[in-house]
Amino acid sequence: MESTIISSKNFNAYFGANHVVKNVSIEIPQNNIIAVMGPSGCGKTTYLRCINRMHELIPGATTEGEMKLHKDNIYEMNPILVRLRIGMVFQRPNPFPNLSIYDNVIAGYKLNGMKLQRAERDNIVEGSLRKAALWNEVKDTLHKKGTFLSGGQQQRLCIARAIAMEPEVLLLDEPTSALDPISTASVEELLFDLKKNYTLVLVTHNMQQAARVSDKTAFFYLGELVEYDKTKEMFTNPKDNRTQSYITGRFS
Amino acid sequence: MSQLDHEIKLLKEEVISMWKMVHSQLEKGLSALLNNDKDLAREIVMIESRVNAEELKIDRDCEDIFALYCPVAVDLRFLLAVLKINTNLERTGDIAEGIAKMIIDTEKPFESDLLDTTHVIEMYHEATLIVQEILTAFVNEDSAIARSIFRRDEMLDNINRKANKMIADYINTHPENVEQALSLLSIIRRLERVGDQAENIAEEIIFYLEAKVLKHAKKKEIE
Repeated sequence: MESTIISSKNFNAYFGANHVVKNVSIEIPQNNIIAVMGPSGCGKTTYLRCINRMHELIPGATTEGEMKLHKDNIYEMNPILVRLRIGMVFQRPNPFPNLSIYDNVIAGYKLNGMKLQRAERDNIVEGSLRKAALWNEVKDTLHKKGTFLSGGQQQRLCIARAIAMEPEVLLLDEPTSALDPISTASVEELLFDLKKNYTLVLVTHNMQQAARVSDKTAFFYLGELVEYDKTKEMFTNPKDNRTQSYITGRFS
Repeated sequence: MSQLDHEIKLLKEEVISMWKMVHSQLEKGLSALLNNDKDLAREIVMIESRVNAEELKIDRDCEDIFALYCPVAVDLRFLLAVLKINTNLERTGDIAEGIAKMIIDTEKPFESDLLDTTHVIEMYHEATLIVQEILTAFVNEDSAIARSIFRRDEMLDNINRKANKMIADYINTHPENVEQALSLLSIIRRLERVGDQAENIAEEIIFYLEAKVLKHAKKKEIE
């Protein structure tokens, strides 16, 4: 039986008085890809940002309820340590513009003041770029700026940067929405490979992407978790009428 | 109405039109059998090519909708069901054609006492009604009507089960009419298959409406 890595129970998130995530209870199994989908403003990105405590960085943003990583309450842990264990990749590829590809990959170590031996650094850079399926494309240009890469390569570089820190969970907020179909396909392929070592939580607007890559899907609407089920079940026999209307494009 | 809704509506209309054509083929076959109307039987054989063409058109339209709209949930189930219903309807059309060919090949009209003893006309009526009824289930999206087909098919199965003995008895008493008796046995077998096709269609309608797979299910589970 799959063990649960992230679990939230009656979890709520607010921007001031605005209640954006309402009483969400969800269990995310280890080494799975979980897609989170829903219309704009449904609270899916906010929920994702609550998992690694990015939400609280916004002034006036608060949370209540339980959010656990294994058995530890995430909101009782040091937020920096939470973000080391739960990495994040954003919608637009955002490599550090002044850093080389090599330095981008190990940026997490540098920014956290973690000193590494040269050989160790080389190993991490190569290993992370290999895992991000980017090594063969950049191994001869490691000291060029990351921003010279194509959009898809930059996004894979951001994934390499996130996994260089050896997180257990990777949160991806619409990671392919700014990419062309070829780059999207390569990132999706990569997600399948990453699943062996990490648990991935993917927010996506693209329903076909959710259907293609995820094991389970959560559908959010107006801040509530409407349905959470195996993706195959959700896309063939959704239980809630709102899910059916949304995935069949009949949402009014 | 979204474009996908529109495409699905058109596809449904196409399936209904094919269904009506197949139903009409069966009805004509019954009339041809009762009246030994070889012209009507020839008409059935001719129209069969239209049924085949319609089957290919529906298949193509399903493929296009899959490729262009990536349907999910109820739309996906509808298309999967239509693909199979389409095949079942085409096979029912083949059965009507097969019966028509037997009528064409029969030298003299079927003996009325042979028709009476075998209950073939009664069976034919029921098979035609079942095809009509299952069309109603499809048009009205009514899974209760679809479920009722499983019980009605039993009547066809019953006549089919008794057919061997009835035909053997008839041949014993009417050895001069062996060929006609065997043709009628073959018609009974074909009508029984019409019932099987209707059952398959009923299963697909229930799959589309309720997302339940009844294929290979036991009777109790179906009801």
